[in-house]
Amino acid sequence: MAEFTRFDNRLGILGWLGKGKWGLERYLYILHRLTGLAILFYFMMHIFVTSLRAYGIYLWTEGNFFHQPIFRIGEFLVFAAFAFHAFNGLRLVFVELGFAVGKPIEPIFPYETCISKQRPLLVVMMLLSAVLFAMGGYELIMALGR
Amino acid sequence: MAETKTIKFHIRRYDPKKDKEPYFKTYDVPFQPGMVVLDALHYIRENYDPSLAWRYSCRMGVCGSCGMLINGSPTLACNTQVATLGGTEITIAPLPNFDIVKDLVPELSKMFEKHVAVSPFIVRDEKELDDEKGEYYQTEHQLEQYLQLTYCIRCGCCMAACPTLATDPDYLGPMPLSQAHRYNVDTRDGGRKTRNEKTGSSHGAFKCHFAGECSRVCPKGADPAKAIQHMKRQLVFDFLHLIKNQKPCEKQHGPGNEPKKDVPPAPPYTV
Repeated sequence: MAEFTRFDNRLGILGWLGKGKWGLERYLYILHRLTGLAILFYFMMHIFVTSLRAYGIYLWTEGNFFHQPIFRIGEFLVFAAFAFHAFNGLRLVFVELGFAVGKPIEPIFPYETCISKQRPLLVVMMLLSAVLFAMGGYELIMALGR
Repeated sequence: MAETKTIKFHIRRYDPKKDKEPYFKTYDVPFQPGMVVLDALHYIRENYDPSLAWRYSCRMGVCGSCGMLINGSPTLACNTQVATLGGTEITIAPLPNFDIVKDLVPELSKMFEKHVAVSPFIVRDEKELDDEKGEYYQTEHQLEQYLQLTYCIRCGCCMAACPTLATDPDYLGPMPLSQAHRYNVDTRDGGRKTRNEKTGSSHGAFKCHFAGECSRVCPKGADPAKAIQHMKRQLVFDFLHLIKNQKPCEKQHGPGNEPKKDVPPAPPYTV
């Protein structure tokens, strides 16, 4: 039997973002992963930095390394990542347990999918995370002004 | 006489005998009102390049053969009006997440292997199926639980759009998972527990994180994302032993449908 060569056309990680026209939920899916990784990285760095206390090194106190404005902005970004990840995560818990996606229906054109059914939940969750962004942003501006 | 509008079709070509990598080639196709992408492919093959390969059969969105990436969206070529795409340039590529056999022909066998792996059929006792006494009755509500999923034509558009499948080739994917759910929720079926071993595995339903792309691109409105989320709930309930009625429905005689007499026996199996 003749051998056939097949070209691997899997999108890979780059396909998460490009190589097609995708919807809002797909970008949230990617952002959820990125913010999750960012929070995990922060958490590990946080443990490392605070563990230096055992050697008498206090990097986060007044006048020390982590008291520079750039780390204040970094803290805000971690907070923003947390706000998004937490509320989007709540949406995913609801949705992935079959709530807010609607009941099975007969498909009649134009088709209505679970994407539009869960959209109000998405909007509410994003508004809640926006409120937290705003609170964190206010705190950041106040901290930088001090 | 009005000038005929010309559309530029950028088509991803790949011949495994000659090419190392796919490349794009452009063809000018005169636009006709009512023209679908499949018509344009036929025009290109008849007028420019008879070697252009793609798969198609029914031409009316039923067989699911002509799935391809049209302007970045996985859809059926026979179902896509050129006029609705807008603009004068259209890009066509084979469905992503599948190996390419040639030009626009994807290798779908892996998808069907996964499909077969989830037992996409009603699991019952064979002897009972041959018993002519009564029928399996279902209410409208029971039918509605899986009706939407029976519209699936296995075109592979959902698999091509899935970002999880883009990075995990072992993930079952939207089509096999939704088809497993189609039989899980059928009251005639008794195979859910067996399917749960596959659908609840590390490459099963819980790998889906609701990007929703499969439902968005499904040309038949089968909504696989919804089925997968419902399946996850069922898997959790099964794990916690919260689903009481595990038995499939039994054959019965419907109202006004008395047991028939002198029913001839079923013919012997031919296969």
